Amino acid sequence: MNGSDILTLVTVFVLSGFVGFEVISKVPSVLHTPLMSGTNAIHGVVLVGSMIVLGSAHGSVEIALGFLAVVLATVNVVGGFVVTDRMLEMFKGPARTRAKSTPGDGSAPEEGTGPQLGTGSQGGTGGTL
Amino acid sequence: MSLDTGIRLAYLVAAICFIIALRGLSGPKTARAGNLVGAAGMLLAIGMTFATPGLSRFGLMAAAMAIGAVIGFPAARLVKMTAIPQMVAAFNGVGGGAAALIALSTFLKATPADLAIYEVVEILLGVIIGSVSFAGSIIAFAKLQELMSGRPITYPGQQVLNGAVGAGILALGVAACVSPHTWIVVTIAVLALAFGIAFVLPIGGADVPVLISLLNSFTGLAVAASGFVLHAVVLVVAGTLVGASGTLLTRMMSAAMGRSLPNILFSAFGSVITANAEGQEGGDRSVRSGSPDDIAVLLAYSRKVIIVPGYGLAVAQAQHSARELAELLESRGVEVLYAIHPVAGRMPGHMNVLLAEADVPYEKLKEMDDANPEFQTTDVALVVGANDVVNPAAKNSPGSPIYGMPILQVDQARNVVFLKRSMRPGFAGIDNDLLFDQKTTLLFGDAKDSLSKLVAAVKRL
Repeated sequence: MNGSDILTLVTVFVLSGFVGFEVISKVPSVLHTPLMSGTNAIHGVVLVGSMIVLGSAHGSVEIALGFLAVVLATVNVVGGFVVTDRMLEMFKGPARTRAKSTPGDGSAPEEGTGPQLGTGSQGGTGGTL
Repeated sequence: MSLDTGIRLAYLVAAICFIIALRGLSGPKTARAGNLVGAAGMLLAIGMTFATPGLSRFGLMAAAMAIGAVIGFPAARLVKMTAIPQMVAAFNGVGGGAAALIALSTFLKATPADLAIYEVVEILLGVIIGSVSFAGSIIAFAKLQELMSGRPITYPGQQVLNGAVGAGILALGVAACVSPHTWIVVTIAVLALAFGIAFVLPIGGADVPVLISLLNSFTGLAVAASGFVLHAVVLVVAGTLVGASGTLLTRMMSAAMGRSLPNILFSAFGSVITANAEGQEGGDRSVRSGSPDDIAVLLAYSRKVIIVPGYGLAVAQAQHSARELAELLESRGVEVLYAIHPVAGRMPGHMNVLLAEADVPYEKLKEMDDANPEFQTTDVALVVGANDVVNPAAKNSPGSPIYGMPILQVDQARNVVFLKRSMRPGFAGIDNDLLFDQKTTLLFGDAKDSLSKLVAAVKRL
């Protein structure tokens, strides 16, 4: 790795930091726990690194360390997403009742959520590229 | 398009998924979809890694992943909702451990003499932050799981010792940059583990959730460091996202408790309390306890009742009984609301999750700022297994360790009923004057039993 590569990574690091701050700027306290759990699942991406380490290891010590890393990272990623989903599953109830009681406020955005998010992901891809 | 380009593009898509996931998780309506988008991105990233040229041992990888999944999936699926905070701590810890192992293993693979200084620094950061997060999370888990005391553990010279361990890590880090020997890096890892433990010990149980959030952002940074080590952009992006958003979230959570982060990290609750002789008086003062029938009459002939659920309700799994009582009272024409403190339960939002599980209608849940004006017109505030979040000491006694924490002002209601297991002080270990107040009635017992008795008593009226 030469100097310009490390600079590229530093650039990515700095910009991601700003995105991380901006993207969750307004979170109701109700969602603090699920959000913590969700970010916890996202750093489970360490599994990708663990796989690279295991897949390119040379000695038996490295293999053992890599193997352990993959096990730990998998626990992180699987457990993280599943437990977050379980928590958020509980919010289905409130969303439904709210939509019923205040139709103007609740139902419209709720129906829009799924598709909105879907197109958002594709639109976001193009925009960020 | 070469395979390599394809993989890089896939990682980019995964990174975008993570950003969208974070955005989704910050709104109640998009949260679940957001989490699923994150999971999809993760699957893509992992799948693409299998196609990476130059890697081998895929069988071993699959075996390791199978073991991890067999541990992680049932743990996440079967854990009780009340135990979620420690589960998050455990998942966070193993992530930090993996990041530390990546850095350590990469160091062992390299020829130390060939490493540039910045490469050694990257490796050290991965090892140190990952180890601190791993060890700290394990202790946080043990505290919440009650494998060890939730009370702050303090001893003379604690800060000095912690400082010395930190300084030792720094000194060895500099030494490793000059001459990267394996023994130095391994010693640093061991010291970082010790530092993680030492740093968490003095933090009291009530503050552990904020600590978990902080350790979560540490793990994010450790993952980013291991991304630098491996030159893996997707790790740098995702790790940094979590590091940054986790830091912000930690600040929001400590703000919800009305305290600053340094205050939580460095001022052990326990030491303040032992110094406070006032705590001794509690034993001499008398409290008024009532029978379920007395309290049922009080509740049934009120106009407005506010239920204040706390951790005791969560532990006893009493959310369903609470809803049953509320519905029974409503059928008699009583207005029933729930007042939710931001840190009720063990984590912000934890109580909302539990009550939602029991099908309590969302519009009956009042956040603290909306609930507080209601207490003045309330006949009975029914406090179920909560203590610190209704303790007027937070308003009235500047010497109290919880002074300044925003509380639910149940003392303004005409009557206060506490359902408590015992006179034991709450998680923060502080006496509550409200228990000794004239207008307070206590009913001792498990929250679920007490609520069932109240339901039966109201039915008999």
